[in-house]
Amino acid sequence: MAAPVIDKSERTVATVGSLTLGKALNLGLRTAMEADPKVIVMGEDVGKLGGVFRITDGLQKDFGEHRVLDTPLAESGIIGTAVGLAVRGFRPVCEIQFDGFIFPGFDQIVSQVAKLHARTMGRVKVPLVIRVPFGGGIGAVEHHSESPESYFAHTAGLKVVSCSNAVDAYWMIQQAIQCDDPVLFFEPKRYYHSGFMKAEVDPGATPAPLFASRVLRAGNTATLVAYGPSVKVALDAATAAEEDGHSLEVIDLRSLSPLDLGPVFDSVRRTGRLVVVSEAPSESSITSEIAARVQQECFYSLEAPVLRVTGFDTPYPPAKLEEHFLPDLDRVLDAVDRSLAW
Amino acid sequence: MSSPEQWTHPEPREGPAATAAAPTSEQVIAGLRATSEGGPELVQLLTPEGERVENPEFDQYVADVTAQDLRSLYRDMVLVRRADREGNALQRQGQLGIWVPLLGQEAAQIGAGRAMRPTDMAFPSYREHGVAWCRGIDPKDLLGIFRGTDHGSWDSTEKRFHPYTIVIGNQVLNAAGYAMGQRFEGKVGDDDGEATMVFFGDGATSQGDVHEGFVWAAVYDAPLVFFCQNNQWAISEPTERQSRLPLYQRARGYGFPGIRVDGNDVLATLAVTRWALDQCRHGNGPVLIEAFTYRMDAHTTTDDPTRYRHSDELEAWKLKDPIERVRVNLVRHGDADQDFFDSVQADADALAADLREFCFNMPQPPTEQMFDHVYAEASPFLDAQRDEFLAYHAEFAGGEH
Repeated sequence: MAAPVIDKSERTVATVGSLTLGKALNLGLRTAMEADPKVIVMGEDVGKLGGVFRITDGLQKDFGEHRVLDTPLAESGIIGTAVGLAVRGFRPVCEIQFDGFIFPGFDQIVSQVAKLHARTMGRVKVPLVIRVPFGGGIGAVEHHSESPESYFAHTAGLKVVSCSNAVDAYWMIQQAIQCDDPVLFFEPKRYYHSGFMKAEVDPGATPAPLFASRVLRAGNTATLVAYGPSVKVALDAATAAEEDGHSLEVIDLRSLSPLDLGPVFDSVRRTGRLVVVSEAPSESSITSEIAARVQQECFYSLEAPVLRVTGFDTPYPPAKLEEHFLPDLDRVLDAVDRSLAW
Repeated sequence: MSSPEQWTHPEPREGPAATAAAPTSEQVIAGLRATSEGGPELVQLLTPEGERVENPEFDQYVADVTAQDLRSLYRDMVLVRRADREGNALQRQGQLGIWVPLLGQEAAQIGAGRAMRPTDMAFPSYREHGVAWCRGIDPKDLLGIFRGTDHGSWDSTEKRFHPYTIVIGNQVLNAAGYAMGQRFEGKVGDDDGEATMVFFGDGATSQGDVHEGFVWAAVYDAPLVFFCQNNQWAISEPTERQSRLPLYQRARGYGFPGIRVDGNDVLATLAVTRWALDQCRHGNGPVLIEAFTYRMDAHTTTDDPTRYRHSDELEAWKLKDPIERVRVNLVRHGDADQDFFDSVQADADALAADLREFCFNMPQPPTEQMFDHVYAEASPFLDAQRDEFLAYHAEFAGGEH
């Protein structure tokens, strides 16, 4: 089933002004639901409550209980029934309440969501979006601060993206819903309601492609690559480094699978130095994949090894320790210094 | 429950209580009892001896079944069994990597499959060759899975028969979602309503996905028939290892009807499944059917049932053969003569020969096939990987290396 093209002339909202990332997601979901009656939202507490983060606030009231489903509390059930609904012709948007709760649904994601299209030689499409609030920094209990994106990037058949700001949140969620492939959509929950990643959203603008990385800040001393909540850390580091006379280029990956590394290769060929930032543990991860591919493509351009600033290879720690676990400005600048001193 | 305490709750004694490889005599007897008696609530319309027994509740659902229809049901079962035996033989001869036999479950599958309408949707497990037959899928289209050339070649949307699902229980949730969609689209509520049926085994009932499927279908009033073929064995584990309770009774805990039918009785299975689908299309779903049957052969061609069950049990079930009772009934009532049986056998042999011929001539799939359809929309990284692989292979073209 081809995704319908969103007709901009039918937009109910002409200008929306400055939005938080959470409000931008809400508006993006609303716009997608208005454009296509087959789009349904399903998950725990997404209806009356509007989701525990209020990302789906008001949608059930306006679209009804058959388009915004408060589901029973079982993640395999959410994903597994969404597969059946997709087979039937719906475009379900599933909300997983917290990153660490996705694993009961892991079997359905890996065994059915990812493989059904290939199994049927393209006859059955699974246009599913699985929204996952991810990452730490919110002082939460266990299982509420994890970064499980690498599991899904490792799985053929899935596409994985992460937004870092309100403008991307607004567009990327709509593009993910229009995509005929299943998309894992990772949202930096720490910035849902924060002023930091607030931005002017212009529904009349032409969005960047979904599966494309983007240079957010040009520079020529070293390259910083980040995604999701780590983008802010990278941008802050670039600002701080400027005072030391270092011009850091910052690239937001946006798409984690497929990775769009062309802009990264271009940048590294100019700067010769790369630091990759992510909250996820480093072992067999998005960051290790980037390091591998950059050394393969930019071997003779590199002035220093690719360095990574990541969460540690531990279970996510108790909240009082998380500031030491999460990549921060100082750890990123330290890595930049080590790269420059190589 | 027909099995005694010591089977369901093994007491510690010398060695493990339920060592599959060496069952005690008590366990053998318990197993025989458990597997040869469906219990007083078993719905049966044709006895193993081929006698038609009245059932005030379910007779109405097969009142339209003529002698011609019964002959047709017989023919389907014979043909499906013949194709199944050919599949087994093809594996033994190295033509297939594995075969999953349905021997003994023909009545359950043909009865259920024939109860469905073209507008209904089916979600199979991996043993549903009989249901596939009823959905118009040629046995040839099943071979690719077992020969290793594809993962299923039929058009699941056109045939309304989902791809075989190998991970135990996954399809139950997928079916629940599909049935929810039928309801959301307003396709439920009258004689013309749609329904979905999902097939799974006794072992699958232990899976979380099956439990969740029961919950979802119940709370969304989904038009879904849960068709559980209790063939008594999940590879080496008896049904007693999955449940204290007869499986059909589980439905009550979820708030919908559960019923146990003689899965070796094609007429009873047809009647009960028609009833269940009828309930669903009118909006009274879901329904659980436990078709009480027996896996006459191994779990797959890789399995060796002599390690965990006694041949006495198999012999007992042979007396309840699903095909034989229909044959006896047809003969007794003069509804079929020898010419009919001979012609069915000839058709079955022709089907098997055709299947065999097809299997021997199945081409090796193109090497680059594995890169196809991983995504609906292109992935530049995967495209590059495929191109690199093809370039590598091209180096070997036309010469010995």
